[in-house]
Order: sequence, then C-alpha cells, then structure tokens
Amino acid sequence: MDTSEIQAKVVEIIGRYAKNKEAAATATETTNILEDLKVNSARLVDVILDFEDEFDIEVEDDDADAVNTVGDAVALIQSKVA
Amino acid sequence: MSRRVVITGLGVVAPNGTGLDAYEKALRGGVSGIRHIPLLDELKFGCRVAGVPQGVDELASEMFAEDELLAMNSSHRYGSIAAVDAWIDAGFDRPEREDDAVNWEAGAIIGTGIGGLDTTGEKLVPMVDAGRVRRLGSTIVEQVMGSGVSARVSGLLALGNQVTSNSSACSTGAEAVVEGYHRIQAGRAERMLCGGSEGSSQYAWGGFDSMRVLCRKFNDEPEKASRPLSASAAGFVPGSGAGILHLESLESAEARGARIYAEILGGALNCGGHRGGGSMTAPNPTSVQRCIRQAVDTAGIDPQEIDAINGHLTATGADPREVSSWAAALDATPETFPVINSTKSMIGHGLGAAGALESVACILMLQGGFVHPSINCEDVHPEIEPFAASIPHEVRDTPELRTIIKAGFGFGDVNVCVIFRKWAV
Repeated sequence: MDTSEIQAKVVEIIGRYAKNKEAAATATETTNILEDLKVNSARLVDVILDFEDEFDIEVEDDDADAVNTVGDAVALIQSKVA
Repeated sequence: MSRRVVITGLGVVAPNGTGLDAYEKALRGGVSGIRHIPLLDELKFGCRVAGVPQGVDELASEMFAEDELLAMNSSHRYGSIAAVDAWIDAGFDRPEREDDAVNWEAGAIIGTGIGGLDTTGEKLVPMVDAGRVRRLGSTIVEQVMGSGVSARVSGLLALGNQVTSNSSACSTGAEAVVEGYHRIQAGRAERMLCGGSEGSSQYAWGGFDSMRVLCRKFNDEPEKASRPLSASAAGFVPGSGAGILHLESLESAEARGARIYAEILGGALNCGGHRGGGSMTAPNPTSVQRCIRQAVDTAGIDPQEIDAINGHLTATGADPREVSSWAAALDATPETFPVINSTKSMIGHGLGAAGALESVACILMLQGGFVHPSINCEDVHPEIEPFAASIPHEVRDTPELRTIIKAGFGFGDVNVCVIFRKWAV
C-alpha cells in the first residue's frame, strides 16, 4: 500500500470523528488532528482502534501517544505494515 | 419563591409514532405500536412482542453528526431526538457546535429506568470477558453511565443549568417532570427539558420475562397484547422510546411570547416504604392515595375539577387496585369518576420513559381537545366494571377538557402524580 493510499484511509477514518468536516476534507500530512480537525481528545483511542482494524496492525500506547498530525499517523502505519 | 411553571415544548419518540403529529394521530386512532420481535423467538422469551420506535436510525442520521452517532445507543438516540424536537418546538434554534455560548438558565432532567443495557450486553460484557478491554474504545462509558442521555443532550443544546438523570423505575419519566417543575418553581432555572428515555434491548426485558410479569398470551397478535383494564390482561408489554417536555417559568414564557400548551398545577412524589401491602414490586395503596391527594392539594384544586385520568395502568393484576385508589383518593363514585385511559394500551410499558411518553400524550390531549382510546379492553375487568362508562374505547372529542391528572408507580414502591391544566389565554 503506498503512502497516498494510506493517507486517504487515515483521513477517512479521522474524518468520522472530526467536528470540522471542511478541514477533514482538505487535510494534509501537517494537519493537526485535535486542533485543526477538532477531534475530541478522548476519541483518539477510537481512531487508533480503527487504524488497527483497517490496516490489521497493533499500535502500542506509546506509539499512539506520539500521533499528533495526519502525517504522524501515516508514518506510524507505514512502519507497521511494511 | 414559588413561581408558575408552564409547558412550552414537546418531543416524542414512541413505538406508534415519532414526532408530535404522528404520535397524536396514532393516539387518536387507537393505533398500536406493539410488534412481534423475531429475536425474542430465538432467545425463547415467553413474551415475544414489544414496543420499539420505528425509523429512528434514519432520523438520527439526519439530526446528528457521525462522531456523535458513534457514541449513541438506542436510548441516546430516542432521548436526543425527543429533546432536540422539544427545544425546537419551544421556539429555540439548535446551537451550532462551534458556538461557545452556554444556556445557563436551561437544564435537563432526563431519566432512565434501566440505562444503556444494549451497550452493556452487546459490547461491554462480552469484550471484558474475552480479555479485550483495550478494544472497548472511548464511547462505552458515556453510553452505559446512568446520566448518559442527559449528558448527551446537554452537549447538543449547550445547556448550562442542572443536567442530571433521575431513576425511579417505572415512575422515572413523570418524576423528572415533577422535579423540573420544582426546580423552576423555586427559581433555580428558567427552563428545563424533562422526561425519560428507555432503550430497546432484550437485556432490559429478560428479567421482567423471567418474573412472568410480561404478556405471553398474544405473541401471534401483537397489537392486542397490551390490555390494561381488561379482564384478559395478561401482563405488560415492554416498550421503549422517549418523551421530553420543555418546562419554563411563566415569566420567561410570557417575556418571549412563547406558545404555552399547559400549566403544571401541582405534583407529588412519595414511597410506600414496602409496608401496608407495598413491596419491592407492588404499591402500598395508602401511599398511592396520599401521592394523588398531595398532588391535588399542591394544585389547590377541588378533585371535581379533574376532567381526565391518565393512569399508570400496565395490564397486570395491579390495574383494579389502581382504579380503586383513584376513586378513593379523588373521593369519586362510579357516577362521578372522570374518564380514564391507559396510553400503554398502544405503546406498551416504556419503563423509565413511560411517564414521559404518557405526559406528552396528556398535553396533546389537552391541546387537541380529545381523550385517546384505551384499546384492548372491550372486556373490562370485572372489578373495574362499575367504572366501565369512564373508559373510552374510541377517541372522544372533548373541547371542554381542561385538567388531566397523571400518575406513575415504580418498583421500590415509589409513586408520582402530576396535574396538567390546559393554558387558556
């Protein structure tokens, strides 16, 4: 799976939880998940669980805590599926 | 401080109709919302019928955001739809999610009898037992906590006054209305969304089925299964849904020129202490009568001013005792007994939502000048037979209808009674 495919799926998953749907529609790798997309911080847990299901991976808590931007999420997933 | 409290908005999600127009139409027409539930066949329930609101998920998808829906089980959906509808019906706009303004003078008391047992049964217990706690995610707590529905509604409507969920079994929904009335009366809030919401779940109904208090004899004729006041009543039919009343101080309602449906004249709450014939599951008739009399006293009216009774009337053996209690408390003979009906005959027993669903029916009856039929009791119970003339089998047009008294009784021997009067300008 290439980076753009992963990023599209990441944005789709995060978009479910985004209060700012417009920002989600135009998200780039520097888009901050909490601040730009207005995702409730409690929902980051659900975002990570959805990543695990979508990409058939397991994400450790410390790795999950380091995800701030769309790009962080894509890089994390890429490292797991590689 | 004792202020007058009026009802300026209503919302309802009921098994026989969602939205005020659909609900009123069903009530007038004597339309049952009880249906056969195939899952209950598979699970070998004795009672295989229930009242479940229809088309709710589609409606919820139109009203709520994707991230909100991910954390909303059936009771959250019912309660949130009814609360938002009541808010809009009262003449307010739904706040934008990004608008930081808080409605400090508006709160909510939205109760539940059982809570989010669908989430508990379908997700929480199986996943914890399977060692998958890590996979539960962030949306479980808010769906299983007792205050889940009021918590959700406070976010949808930016409520800033007291927001809580009461729980008193089958008197919950009407108790919320009385509690909200007291709060506004005391000057602690201007507006309160009050009522109850109960989800649809086999896990909520199973315990009642095992107690043999649910109707098992009409699985092939769902619409006939809920039979309050009837000689062939065979237990209650589980129901679900939500009813919400937007209560408001008279000053606030008049200041903004709101449409006023009715005034809450009085209300009372008590418990029979599991004495004098009362128990965990049966009401102490003395406490029932005291509760009704207290409501009449607080309303400051003569019992003869009561035009209609909307009973608790569930279709169990308690119905004849309830009718006797009404007669004793209101000092009425069969000749002077007001018209009496059971909304449960059409929607089943909505448990924690029942008193709220039925209070909405009361306000619609006052507003529309009608008394809805109490269906499935053509064969009136022999002990209720002296009062048979007071039971409507078809809708009655009653433009003169002014005052309705509503009661609810719950496990724990708890009682609630509230009196509504049509608003006349």
